[in-house]
Amino acid sequence: MDVLERYADIIDDYDAFLSACERPLPSVVRVNTIKTTPERARAALDEAGIDYERCEWHDGLLRLSDAQPGTNWPYVHGWLHGQEEVSAVPAEVLHPQPGERVWDACAAPGSKTTQLAAQMDDTGLLVATDNNLGRISALRSNAERMGVTNVAVTHEDARNHSLKPFRAPGTREGAEGAPYDRALVDVPCSCEGTMRKNPDTLDEWTLEHVKGISGVQKGVLTRAVQATKEGGTVVYSTCTFAPEENEAVLEYALAEESCELVEFDLPLDHAPGVTEWEGEQFDDSMRKAKRIYPHHNDTGGFFCAKLEVTA
Amino acid sequence: MSDGEAGDGEPNGDGADAAATNDGDRFDRLPATAADREVEGRPTRQEVLEWWDERFGVDPAVFDDHTFWERGSGKVWAFADDVASPVGIEGLGLAFLRTRREHWKPTLEAVQRFGDHADENVIDLSHEEAATFVAGDDQELDWDGDWGYLLVTGELAGEREPLGVGLFVHGELRSQVPKGRRRDL
Repeated sequence: MDVLERYADIIDDYDAFLSACERPLPSVVRVNTIKTTPERARAALDEAGIDYERCEWHDGLLRLSDAQPGTNWPYVHGWLHGQEEVSAVPAEVLHPQPGERVWDACAAPGSKTTQLAAQMDDTGLLVATDNNLGRISALRSNAERMGVTNVAVTHEDARNHSLKPFRAPGTREGAEGAPYDRALVDVPCSCEGTMRKNPDTLDEWTLEHVKGISGVQKGVLTRAVQATKEGGTVVYSTCTFAPEENEAVLEYALAEESCELVEFDLPLDHAPGVTEWEGEQFDDSMRKAKRIYPHHNDTGGFFCAKLEVTA
Repeated sequence: MSDGEAGDGEPNGDGADAAATNDGDRFDRLPATAADREVEGRPTRQEVLEWWDERFGVDPAVFDDHTFWERGSGKVWAFADDVASPVGIEGLGLAFLRTRREHWKPTLEAVQRFGDHADENVIDLSHEEAATFVAGDDQELDWDGDWGYLLVTGELAGEREPLGVGLFVHGELRSQVPKGRRRDL
């Protein structure tokens, strides 16, 4: 846990944080509302004799006492999807609507993609991009198991994402598709916040990796802002605590693109984004971003910010 | 009968000219009717709607908001939106139907997604029979209806819910659940 010491000064109760990081994580499933309702999914779990408790902040999230969400009838019917509780946050913050055009920039293996599809009532266009074919295979498999029909999967580097495949019928070849109403930028990161699930994560941590991947994160976020219409929403999230991958990436996007951070409600305990890190100052609006630490809600760690695209 | 998985990589079966007219790297929207057909052998939207109606009693209106696309020979996908055709991407909606052989075959995923609208050639299994089916095993069953692909349902949370596709021949229901979706329950 030595890596985490660098955050001792920015975390409210560091001892509680460390002790939460050492506990295993509860197994959580999300109800797939494309195929059923939370009520019927709970009835199906009751029938199967599987104990669960409801997550207070989200009707469709259930904590299981048994850690094998894949071997029961509701799972076979595509009613449930194993998904860490806190990873359900960014799609809720993005809040896509039925019929919209939405981009999931780093989509595989598809937990958040399928959540977005359900929020959209499986209508409109949900473009799901990933740069890894093996992970795209997992994404497609999850989307199919959940019965998603509004997803279009692209294999490309999100930093160079093309709207050309999504031009409207009848438009000329080579034309751009319309910009997105919303984009989810849940980027690859150093994953410090997943240490309760993958304790090895911190052993592999290096500052060089953090700095390297922040360059990728900046590229994906700026592309998402460019591809989203004026007044549209971009949500940026990571499962890491490193300000280099969070506030510093947002600071870069604010400087390079027409966008601003906006307030949002989150019914989970959290801390505000930081405005200073190792001598670097960030814009005051970073306080609108939210840091979720493991001891806050007994979850993994997470970072989430909501941006509006401006003129 | 093959029960290939929902993924790629299957060789093109029949249709000698399929390679020349179907590009496995892109999706082409199905023509509305035979009069609009440009690629020989490509199924039409009308044929797809009629097939679901005739085989399973699914009202064509169920698919009013979906477009149908072919990638490779005889692999039809259902997509909730519409874009300009063709489109060269990795996935477009849900793998939905196989039309390359004489008997068309819906995917397990299509049956689970749209099967609650079906009322013909639907076989309802007991819990024990459903477990055999989901494990990928064949079983002898009484069935007075048509042979061929049946829509298999099982009870869950007080209602009949679509589970997948079975092939009924010679008094036996052959599970068509792809390997990756099989479970021992």
